[in-house]
Amino acid sequence: MIREWICAILLVSGALFMFVGALGVVRLPDLFTRMHAATKSASFGSVLMLCAVAVYFGEVWIIFETLLVIFFIFLTTPVGTHMIGRVGYLLGTPLWQGTVINELQGRYNMRKRVLESGLHDSATQTGNENKMDNHLNEIK
Amino acid sequence: MILQELTLIKGAVLFAFFILIISLFLAFFRLARGPVLPDRIVALDLIVSLAVGLIAGYTILTKQSVFLDTAVVLTMIAFLGTVAFARYLERRWL
Repeated sequence: MIREWICAILLVSGALFMFVGALGVVRLPDLFTRMHAATKSASFGSVLMLCAVAVYFGEVWIIFETLLVIFFIFLTTPVGTHMIGRVGYLLGTPLWQGTVINELQGRYNMRKRVLESGLHDSATQTGNENKMDNHLNEIK
Repeated sequence: MILQELTLIKGAVLFAFFILIISLFLAFFRLARGPVLPDRIVALDLIVSLAVGLIAGYTILTKQSVFLDTAVVLTMIAFLGTVAFARYLERRWL
């Protein structure tokens, strides 16, 4: 009985987490914020639902298999998301207009795909900081 | 067959299916509309996560633990698809 309750709570909460992720994918304004919604909460939701499967069956082999799936999800989601974000930045996807700081701006050589050091030209850095200060003042 | 003798666990699974199908529609909206191509890749990734959740619910509903194997395969194939799409987009503009 208690096992069924735990399983039901895990199932419904996992589905709700995935729903929040899908809602964020539709509603958020930017590629990167959408990515943040889609990967984190959706993978956490699927992990919760797989935990529900493990609790429901309660056999060793099935628990091992669900742990395998969870391990794969936690191994592959960050890598895939990193590649999508990198490609999105390289393609010049427009950022949201309320973005506070873009640390790669002016420092990333798009042609050579190399991150150049920001030590010798501090102009861009101070520019970013000024922009951030302006934004914070606007918020206040 | 399934809907007879609605127990707690079946009700939870069906409610989770209802939420997941609404989420599938939302993700499909982003897949169809997404302004740039990486948005569509994000939507595909989300759809695969939702499919893993659906498989987990179906495993509980039918009490057949064989369906978990499809979840294992689906996560791996989703990762390969995401990486392949990303590499393709990155190399296309060179």
